[in-house]
Parts: sequence; C-alpha cells; structure tokens
Amino acid sequence: MKIWYLLIALILFSITSLFIGVKDIHPLDLFSMTEDQAQIMLISRIPRLISIIIAGVSMSIAGLIMQQLSRNKFVSPTTAGTMDSARLGVLMAMILFTSASALEKMIVAFAFALLGTFIFMKILEKVKFKDVIFIPLVGLMFGSIISSMTTFIGLKYDLIQSASAWLQGNFSVIMTGRYELLYLSIPLVLIAYLFANKFTIAGMGEDFSLNLGLNYRRVVNTGLIIVALVSSVVILTIGTIPFLGLIIPNIVSIFNGDNLKKNLPHTALLGAVFVLFCDILGRVVIFPYEIPIGLTVGVLGSGIFLYLLMRRKAYE
Amino acid sequence: MVEVRGVSKQYGNKTVIDSVSLQIAKGKITSFIGPNGAGKSTLLSMISRLLTKDTGEIYIDGVEIGKCKSNELAKKISILKQSNNINIRLTIRELVSFGRFPYSQGNMTKGDWKYVDEAIAYMELEDIQHKYLDQLSGGQRQRAYIAMVLAQNTEYILLDEPLNNLDMKHSVQIMKVLRRLVDELGKTIILVIHDINFASCYSDYIVALKDGAVVKEGHVDEMIASNVLKDIYEMDFHIQNVNSNRICVYYA
Repeated sequence: MKIWYLLIALILFSITSLFIGVKDIHPLDLFSMTEDQAQIMLISRIPRLISIIIAGVSMSIAGLIMQQLSRNKFVSPTTAGTMDSARLGVLMAMILFTSASALEKMIVAFAFALLGTFIFMKILEKVKFKDVIFIPLVGLMFGSIISSMTTFIGLKYDLIQSASAWLQGNFSVIMTGRYELLYLSIPLVLIAYLFANKFTIAGMGEDFSLNLGLNYRRVVNTGLIIVALVSSVVILTIGTIPFLGLIIPNIVSIFNGDNLKKNLPHTALLGAVFVLFCDILGRVVIFPYEIPIGLTVGVLGSGIFLYLLMRRKAYE
Repeated sequence: MVEVRGVSKQYGNKTVIDSVSLQIAKGKITSFIGPNGAGKSTLLSMISRLLTKDTGEIYIDGVEIGKCKSNELAKKISILKQSNNINIRLTIRELVSFGRFPYSQGNMTKGDWKYVDEAIAYMELEDIQHKYLDQLSGGQRQRAYIAMVLAQNTEYILLDEPLNNLDMKHSVQIMKVLRRLVDELGKTIILVIHDINFASCYSDYIVALKDGAVVKEGHVDEMIASNVLKDIYEMDFHIQNVNSNRICVYYA
C-alpha cells in the first residue's frame, strides 16, 4: 500500500468535506467569502474536518496497539470493554460531579477505561483457551456487562438519554468549543510512534520481550494508558465509532505486516481516510439530513469485518 | 561459564527443580536430557531469567543474574523457547533486526544492519529474507529465529527443544548450524533436547535430569551408555557405534 495514495485520498476527501453541507459554499467562494460563510467554515466545517481526522487516526492506532499487545487480531477498544468502561466513567462523572467540565469527565472516563481494559487483559492472561475468535467474544461479553451497569445506573438517575448519546458517534455536533479535547490525542499518537518498536516486540510475547531485555509490563501498561486516554477523549467528543480500531489495522496488516514502525503511518492515514469517506457518505445519502458516523462506519465496517473473518478461514 | 548453585523451584507445593547445582563449560554444546516433567525446560528458563528461581544462585561469568540489568543480560545470553509460535506478520529481515534491540533500542545503526546481514547470510536465508514468517516452512522459521539470536550476538545461546516439529533433514541442518556456531564462532550453547541420538551425535556434554534433580552429567561418551540411560529413562538401551557416533537403539 503506497503511502502517497493514502495522502492524496486524504487531501481530496478533506477538501470535499469542507464544501459539503446545507449552507452552500463553493470552493471558488473561498477568496470572496461573506461573513456568514466564513463563520460556518471556522465554527463548523473546519473543526469537523479536524475532529474527523484526529478521531480516525487515533482510534485506528489505539486498535493497532491493542491488537499487538493482546496478540489477537480481533481485539480493539470496542471488543474489549474499553469503550463501554469509558461510557460508564462519563456517567459516573455526571452523577458524582453534577456540573462536571469536559476535562473532569474525561479524567473519570479515562480512569474507568483504563481499569476496564486492564481487567480485560487480566482475564486474557487467565483464559486457557486462547482461540482467536473466543477472546474478542469474551471482550464483548465483558463490555456488555459493563454496558448493562451503565444502563442500570442511567435509568436509576434518569440519565439514560445522555448515556445513549455516546452510543452513536456523531460529527454533526462538532463545533468550536466542543471538540478541543480531541487535541490531546495528538501527543498520544506521537508517543505511540516512539514506542512502536517496543510494542512490536511486546506483541511477540513476554518471554520474547524479556529475552531482548525489554520491560514487558511497562510497555504493556504504556500501551493500555494510550488506548484508554484516546478512547475516553473520542467518546466524550464524538461518541463510539464501532469497528474502526478493528478493521483499519487489519487491512494494513494484510498488506504491510505487523511491524509497527512501518505500519503506524499507514494505519493513521487509512483511518482518517476511512472516517472521512464514511462521514461524507453519511452527509450526502439523505441530504440535507445526516446519518450519524457511528451508523455509516458500523454498516461499512461490519461488512469489512465479515470479509476479514471469511478471509481468515480461507487462509488457514 | 554458567554456574548453577543449589537452585530450586516450586509450583504450589510441587517441587519442579530440587536444589540443582551444575557447571556448564564455555565454548561447548551442552544438552539437557531426561523424561517428560524432569524440569529441563524450567531449569533452562531460570538460567535465562525468564523464570524466577525460589532459592539458589545462578552465575554467568561470575555475575549473579538477579543482580544484572535485564538489558545487559540480553547482550550476554539469549533464549529461544519451544513456544515461540508467534503469530505476528514480520519478514525474516524484520525479525532478525529485532535481535539488535538490546544494542539499538530500536534505532538501528549501520553497524546493527551489518550484524543483521551477517546473521541472515550465516543461516542462508538471503533469498527469502523479505518473506513473511507465516509463509515459511517449520524449518525455515526455526532458522529465522536462530538468525535473530545470532544478530543478538550473545555469548550464550539457550534453546528449548529447537528440533520440535522439524523433519529429519531440517533437524540435522539445525544441529549442524549449532555445531558450527560453537566451533567457528566460539558460542556456548545449552539446549533441551528429546531425541537422544541427536544429543549423542552433536553435543559435547550431556546433563541428565529426572524428577527435578541432576541424575548424572558428563561427556557424551560416558553418558551414552546403556546402564546410565536405563537409570534415566527406565527402559533398555542398546548402544552401537556407527561411523564413530554412538547410536542408541531403544525400539523394543
């Protein structure tokens, strides 16, 4: 997979994304924009584009890290309880601190996401039957348990509607002042790149890491912290984007192998391109209305996911 | 020299290794043999610090391994376990390059790549170095792992059942390579091996373990003897000399 193609696709889709919307702005207007048009660009369209790119990049990378550390191609924040735990965290933050700021919510969500992912990894260590499909099933079950706790508590405190808002990812709510938290993901992605070689080695197992003098626990914990932070930031600003962390790294792996240092740029770009594409699709299909991103990614993603599963069978 | 002093290991209340002491000479191939559950792999894992020991000391060139930094040890001793069934898509070249990690910490220099090239050439993997591990046969994969250990360039190389799942041709190929590593490059190799005839033909020393203790150790000539082997395995052996190799016939 050529990185240039991905880059060109990203630029093309980005430009398209900026000029799609109810308010008609033509690329030629760019140099003679009315006050009104400039406002829309700055407050809505550009923030939307930035948030799509950051979310696409960071969620794909979070998925890649999780797959590497759990040594399972079908583990991702959505199939390991990370997202569900983060959602429970947001709900708890709303109950405990009634007027919690975005940052406070994020911190609580992060703590829950980290704890949830950590518990999942512990379960993974205990499980003797390490079938490729069995592990993510355990993760999904674990996520459902946490999710039902969220529903229960949400019902009890009459917050169920707010809680379900994070169920479906949605970029249409993105505006200046509501997405800046996402910028936190950028340094995290950079740290992930610095740790790329260590993640690759950790993906070969604890013994293998120790043989090469790598502190396995520390690397795994760093990875889980990155994943939990990214997940909680994304869930608070956009919501759940299902399958993203699962399919993007898998597609890249088919073409490029599992050497993270080599993979991360491709995974990041493909993630951004994919989310951008889905977002544009969601905006034009029932124009002038919108389909939330969670739905478009979910539909396209589950299709690709099924294909990956079938392909795996044919491969073995 | 590797020196093991009174090392024990327990799982729950089952003693797997019971106060084992032994010395392993430099520049030789030493094979650990013994029946299943004798504790061979456990002992090997403890020598390589993959497993912690309950009591006792293990010295490598006079330094206790517990007192050594893990990263420094990684430049001195390397281990390949039988459970290296990693399902990660790396090319041979990428895998071998990770052998340089203790030195490069991921930032490969020209010098590091030179070691990688040499290791690949030594294992005769040049033609397939850009192939992914999952496209290789068992023998090729095992050679790739050994190439990685070569790139790691440690004085001591520990191998846990390196011939597992290999056919005769590849087994012989691997053992010949190990012999060359010792004879040409002066490495010290310790391996756990099940096939008694491979142990007999290619090693210098043999350490026999049984029920977590060393039953007998010594030069191949003393160890490959019917009374010794009968003690270890509780079955009858006929030893025959074939082309100056001692071959055990035990298919009763």
